Amino acid sequence: MSAPFMSLYRCCQRSALLVVSRRSLSSSSVSPPPLHTRILLYLTQRFYDVEMLQSWMSLRRWKGVQKRNSFYGYAQQQYGSDIAAAYYILNMKGGFRFVGQSDWFSADRRGKFNWAFMDHKNTPLEEVNMNYTGINYRGLENLEGQKTLRTLSLRGCPEVDDWFLARLHMFQDSLEELDISHCPRITTGGLAALRNLKGLKRLDVSSLPEISSPGVVIILLEEMLPKCDVTANGYDHNLREES
Amino acid sequence: MSTWRGLHVNLRKAHGLFTVSSRHTWKYGHLTLCKSLSTGRALRNDFFKDLEAQLAAARQKALDALPGSGWSPVEMNRGLPPERTDVVIVGGGVIGWSVAYWIKQKEKRRGGVNVVVVEKDPTYSQASTVLSAGGIRQQFSLPENICLSLASAEFMKNINEHLHVLNEDPVDLQFNQSGYLFLANEEVAHIMEENYKTQRTAGAKVSLLSATQLKEKFPWINTEGVALASYGLENEGWFDPWTLLQAFKRKALSMGVVQCLGEVTDFKYTSNIARNAQGDQVAQRRVRSVKVQVSNSLEFQPIECALVVNAAGAFSGTVAAMLGIPLPVEPRKRYIYVVNCPDGPGLDTPFLIDYSGVWFRREGLGGNYIAGTSPEEALEPDTSNLEVDHQFFEEKVWPHLASRVPALEKLKVTSSWAGFYDYNTFDQNGIIGLHPLINNMFFATGFSGHGLQHSPAVGRAVAELIMEGDFTSLNLSNLGFRRILQQEPMLERNIV
Ligand SMILES: Cc1cc2nc3c(=O)[nH]c(=O)nc-3n(C[C@H](O)[C@H](O)[C@H](O)COP(=O)(O)OP(=O)(O)OC[C@H]3O[C@@H](n4cnc5c(N)ncnc54)[C@H](O)[C@@H]3O)c2cc1C
Repeated sequence: MSAPFMSLYRCCQRSALLVVSRRSLSSSSVSPPPLHTRILLYLTQRFYDVEMLQSWMSLRRWKGVQKRNSFYGYAQQQYGSDIAAAYYILNMKGGFRFVGQSDWFSADRRGKFNWAFMDHKNTPLEEVNMNYTGINYRGLENLEGQKTLRTLSLRGCPEVDDWFLARLHMFQDSLEELDISHCPRITTGGLAALRNLKGLKRLDVSSLPEISSPGVVIILLEEMLPKCDVTANGYDHNLREES
Repeated sequence: MSTWRGLHVNLRKAHGLFTVSSRHTWKYGHLTLCKSLSTGRALRNDFFKDLEAQLAAARQKALDALPGSGWSPVEMNRGLPPERTDVVIVGGGVIGWSVAYWIKQKEKRRGGVNVVVVEKDPTYSQASTVLSAGGIRQQFSLPENICLSLASAEFMKNINEHLHVLNEDPVDLQFNQSGYLFLANEEVAHIMEENYKTQRTAGAKVSLLSATQLKEKFPWINTEGVALASYGLENEGWFDPWTLLQAFKRKALSMGVVQCLGEVTDFKYTSNIARNAQGDQVAQRRVRSVKVQVSNSLEFQPIECALVVNAAGAFSGTVAAMLGIPLPVEPRKRYIYVVNCPDGPGLDTPFLIDYSGVWFRREGLGGNYIAGTSPEEALEPDTSNLEVDHQFFEEKVWPHLASRVPALEKLKVTSSWAGFYDYNTFDQNGIIGLHPLINNMFFATGFSGHGLQHSPAVGRAVAELIMEGDFTSLNLSNLGFRRILQQEPMLERNIV
């Protein structure tokens, strides 16, 4: 009874070797192997599928993020860049305030929002709140035309990275307040890009987990932005408090 | 299989290539497989013999598992390269591994194309990649170079989508978003303006600064003599070259690329005499196999292959010479000095390039900087070794540096190193594509100091040529070999 098993076992081993050597199918003239061999080959190849499934899922996740952050070209053509920017923000479950108005438009937890913002054609935005949203550098393109944006809040955004910060130069003439606290992907290399925001008055860089030596970095940051009030809480070695 | 065949035909159509197939190995595996499955009766007779053999094997295994035995669960690679493959890549620098990755990425079926990367020095002690300054910029004068940089920056933004290997740490390039700052004097200001226009048209985010604006932005720069400055706002900075190289390598290996440690010393090729338009005879060559001298051994192994990619960096001229082909790429030694100056400029320090040719950038946060310059053509140092000339710093780098950035006057040189530019003596630009006279050797070399930053896009371009027969994403045909044969240089003005 064990003999057929053994041969099956050896066969499995061999076909696994075959797959590993990755040459099995590269010939075009040999006739197709018998059915049972093909089944075995198929089974051994199954082992890769877990791996494939995982990479496929992460790719899908990434594609989803990219898609949600795509450029709202149609809205921009139809209603102008301000409405397109507002629409993008609400779709991302963020909030904003138009120039010269006091009330905010924001999406609720389930992503529902008030369409009344459509009445404010050609009114630029002044404050934008994207806390805990999936905005990334690609989505920033939708806000490119906002020359009067004063406050931008990006607390706890998982997709905000160094490349995102480098792109903030588009608001260099107007931006006064920036909150990038709790963003898990920001590193020191990205903070260097904030040098372009020369009008910055308030900056929150609290609890950035990827910053390796926060004490030095924050001193350097203050040196780089002398007119800016830098808030940095949530670091163990907070030199600012010691001094 | 049909995809393979499709590829096979495709390639044949495109170049008349791919004569090697791995039929031999397959046949072997196939035959033995059939035997073991179809001979049930004979096996029953052999049962006791088999059992004995299995028991002996089990005993051996138990012995092997004891501590002190040399056995390992992974089959040992005896270091010999395979006897035949589809593509051989000469040179395992960042370009070589990038090409390998992109070929694998573009194959239609897993394992469809066999790729071997031949690298002579696994420590990379002389490879330009790890000895470079690691900068990336869009401030070039040729649209091709600007587009290559933009595409590479896009790649680096999403590097983990491309190069992440499952169950391993994500890639962290340690990218510094610090930008490049080029300074121009009266004489060259108009060139800078032209370049600026080209760069903006190509989509690069660059801005021009007058001397006053420059002073305002970077108070620590002495603007004497500066007429204009151009400053990169996005996608420019520097990163860790070693991480990029390792990331490409790790991903390519995980996709089935074979690494082979050894030096390519010769090629076996066949020649055909053809006539060109003028009626002159020219020899058309075709590489049949690559001879590899295996590292730390006297063994030679020929690798039969259908295609060769020459990505040997500064030494690609030597590799081409093995086929009797002149390639205007030679090593040129460049020094990098690490200096320390606690009072130097801070976090906002860009990669600064003065019109005198002297450059410097920040290195880490502790008041360290790296600096260098290219020597004049007539004073090129000897390239037989990688020794550093300290006199060169005193005479050629420091005076310019100290006058441009007065804060750096009191600097201390703490260390230094030298590396080889893969210098294209013809026009200081990359050579990408097939050689007209060798119809299966692709070149990806001659980048003269900007090969690292272009490696992702160049690898993709070469893989497109190989797998699809033409450039599909970026048209780089102007950077092909033809310009050299026709003596039409594509000069790049911003060579550092
Ligand atoms: C000082 C310095 C600063 C630089 N700064 C920058 C910068 O800021 N930005 C930028 O983009 N670029 C920069 N560069 C340029 C960049 O490093 C190169 O253009 C790039 O690394 C070239 O990569 P490569 O893979 O072609 O060459 P390499 O990294 O040199 O790799 C070639 C490999 O081929 C191997 N090899 C050679 N001959 C054989 C053979 N016969 N058989 C087997 N293997 C062989 C070698 O061992 C080597 O490992 C700089 C270079 C230097 C020297």
